[in-house]
Amino acid sequence: MAHATTHTHDDAHHDEKPQGFLDRWVFTTNHKDIGTLYLVFSFIMFIIGGAMSGVIRLELFQPGLQWVAPEFFNQMTTMHALVMIFGGVMPAFVGLANWMIPLQIGAPDMALPRMNNWSFWILPFAFFLLLLTLVLPGGGPAGGWTLYPPLSLQGGYNVAFVIFAIHLMGISSIMGAINIIATILNMRAPGMDLLKMPLFTWTWLITAFLLIAVMPVLAGAVTMLLTDKFFGTSFFNAAGGGDPVMFQHIFWFFGHPEVYIMILPAFGIVSEIIPTFSRKPLFGYQAMVYATASIAFLSFIVWAHHMFTVGMPLGGQLYFMYATMLIAVPTGVKVFNWVATMWRGSMTFETPMLWSIAFVILFTIGGFSGLMLAIVPADYQYHDTYFVVAHFHYVLVTGSLFSIIAAVYYWWPKWTGRMYSEFWGKFHFWWTMVFVNLLFFPQHFLGLAGMPRRIPDYNVAFADFNMISSIGAFGMLITPFMMFVILWHSKKHGVKAEQVSWEGAKGLEWTVPSPAPHHTFTTPPKIDDRMLAHGDVAH
Amino acid sequence: MAHAHAHTHDPATYYVPHGTRWPILGSFALFFLVGGAAFWLNGVTVGKYVSLLGLAMLVAMLFGWFGAVIRESVSGYYNRQVDVSFRMGMIWFIFSEVMFFAAFFGALFYTHWFTLPWLGGAGDGASTNALLWPGFEAAWPTNGPANVGGAFETIPPWGLPLFNTLLLLASGVTLTIAHHALIANQRSKLLFWLGATIVLGVVFLFVQGYEYHHAYAELGLTLGSGIYGSTFFMLTGFHGMHVTLGAIMLIVIWFRCAKGHFTPEQHFGFEAVAWYWHFVDVVWLGLFLFVYVV
Ligand code: HEM
Ligand SMILES: [Cu+2]
Repeated sequence: MAHATTHTHDDAHHDEKPQGFLDRWVFTTNHKDIGTLYLVFSFIMFIIGGAMSGVIRLELFQPGLQWVAPEFFNQMTTMHALVMIFGGVMPAFVGLANWMIPLQIGAPDMALPRMNNWSFWILPFAFFLLLLTLVLPGGGPAGGWTLYPPLSLQGGYNVAFVIFAIHLMGISSIMGAINIIATILNMRAPGMDLLKMPLFTWTWLITAFLLIAVMPVLAGAVTMLLTDKFFGTSFFNAAGGGDPVMFQHIFWFFGHPEVYIMILPAFGIVSEIIPTFSRKPLFGYQAMVYATASIAFLSFIVWAHHMFTVGMPLGGQLYFMYATMLIAVPTGVKVFNWVATMWRGSMTFETPMLWSIAFVILFTIGGFSGLMLAIVPADYQYHDTYFVVAHFHYVLVTGSLFSIIAAVYYWWPKWTGRMYSEFWGKFHFWWTMVFVNLLFFPQHFLGLAGMPRRIPDYNVAFADFNMISSIGAFGMLITPFMMFVILWHSKKHGVKAEQVSWEGAKGLEWTVPSPAPHHTFTTPPKIDDRMLAHGDVAH
Repeated sequence: MAHAHAHTHDPATYYVPHGTRWPILGSFALFFLVGGAAFWLNGVTVGKYVSLLGLAMLVAMLFGWFGAVIRESVSGYYNRQVDVSFRMGMIWFIFSEVMFFAAFFGALFYTHWFTLPWLGGAGDGASTNALLWPGFEAAWPTNGPANVGGAFETIPPWGLPLFNTLLLLASGVTLTIAHHALIANQRSKLLFWLGATIVLGVVFLFVQGYEYHHAYAELGLTLGSGIYGSTFFMLTGFHGMHVTLGAIMLIVIWFRCAKGHFTPEQHFGFEAVAWYWHFVDVVWLGLFLFVYVV
């Protein structure tokens, strides 16, 4: 649609996509293309991280050491977590934010488009540095993704590489988050009041704040590791008046908000999808917004629940126990509202809805195990066992990852203009449901029975559940490829999608054609409240 | 670096640049900078040169990128809304810097007020003290029970550090005078007070350098002097790096003012640097209080 319009505005003749690989993907400032880059990158990282978890579950298939050396096993657990968290989940959400936030608020692009490009293009370099350690002298980091000193400082080449890679990831995340805040606060179309914004946008606004607040703290923590190792400082060395426990405090001051960074956008996604397929407005929109904000606030004051067994004063343990449990209140509000949205809705169960309903149920299981872990005397038993592994995989895999998959199926027609095969989408879902629960549910029992996490061998008493868990893992390993084939087929042969691809879908993103043109909302749209999915409006 | 658009941009719409080569250059720069440094730290000497190359690329990239933005700004591409985006970007960037310093202040407070008493046997630290370091008495400043780095003396706050505090406070005032001059469109006054701010900042850095030399050469206080040396040099060192960056930015702004950039109404570049400078100022006040005085 090149020169159809008469205005002198220089965007008008740019509506066709840039030709040539470099112009289209490397020099791009377009929020949709950058969103795609993030999503593709994240997909590749999920495959790499998944392969590492495959090594872990293969070794744990049976007791005894059979496939890999313990040292390499430890590198796999450490790298798996780092790759999945910083390379898989976080970039996937940033990719979705890039694609959807401008579409949801009626903005022409992200507020700072050049910086948006940089935020993405730092990531491949950061992960190259991280993965490079696997082939350097001493191998990859093996002290756990939490990088506790003094263990983490005893690596070979990897110490400096991991630290610098984390610095780069931090720079990328902070710039991405600044961009998202500036976009949401400054680029909304007139009439898109804050309390009319879709929840995905809302949750990202709050997530971006968390990112800017805690990524620098992580940068500080790893900088102290670096100087302790190479420049003779004593931050984490008690002989010099420092304290290794202090690292844990600083790390988890980042780390707990970090887990909410990985779940708040997921809350936003299911809050988009459930109303659509229930054909009802979201129940308690404002409560959802305030609950998200409370969770974010509380996430700053509960960090030491990760360190109950480290030897904290009793008062500290009590405080962190009660504060942690408080988070269950706003989280409960959310779960209640999702269920209430479905209540008496005229529901249908297309693929995105299936993933979202599964999210609500399985994330709640993860929340409950979290509550169990929050109880200090119980955590003395559970800490550093497979119970913790089960907990965080329920919130991160069946929580965050499920929501990402749901979002991809939900917005895919808008991105590509094609529908995917409902049959195979549902097949993908049910296959995953079976194997993910086989994989992670028995880990609760293993943990309760006392199997420690991060070890390559175990007592024969744990053999059966470990084998079941590994079978689940092998079933899971093929799911990314399954999804790839479904989406590839859709892209090539899928039925053409309509502008409003789902009956009952509301929100500005459904007022533009499918696929969304390269540039949308170059001039702000007029907001018709009836088109909005949520917000402080009468429906 | 939009491809050269001959025609002008309609100020009614938000300016979205198309295509940019600076970020990817910046990514390679960062990659060489930290990748080289990582090899260097592991004893591979070429790493040093790769790292310096990365640094040079980064500086070149920043000049190119900001140069492009300044050209667009001068050509009137940016409307009020773009200006607000830049402001938000700067504010949140400064907030991230605050949190970076917070990590190091946190380390100072934690070791000073928790770790040290515990090492001395207070509260839950009784057995640590009795079993590991019997006889260690908790007193700040400390380089720990093992006397890491050897005996040292600290820098008394009421001499040069106080002088430096006054310098930075004064620089905040001179910068504000310069800002008022800009708003009143008095160019020579603007240049004078902005110049004075730069001079104060540079003098601060010299005093800081002298103090570091004094600490290393005469007081025995080094980065390796246990936790006191660690927190002292990391906090003041990162602050000094920020003052250096701020001073460079002020110098750039001085030249832009001399070239007639900025109007009394529109001078975001100036304000952004001013905010940054005030931030660096406030961090120093925290440092003076908690690192030197307490
Ligand atoms: C009701 C909400 C939650 C509560 C009460 C809770 C509580 C806890 C507690 C007490 C631990 C420490 C267990 C131990 O190491 O002994 C823990 C670990 C963990 N949680 Fe949660 N949690 C909750 C939600 C979440 C969410 C939403 C996520 C992520 C999306 C998450 C991710 C994690 C991770 C990754 C770990 C393990 C970190 C590690 O040690 O490697 N949690 N949780
Ligand atoms: Cu936590």
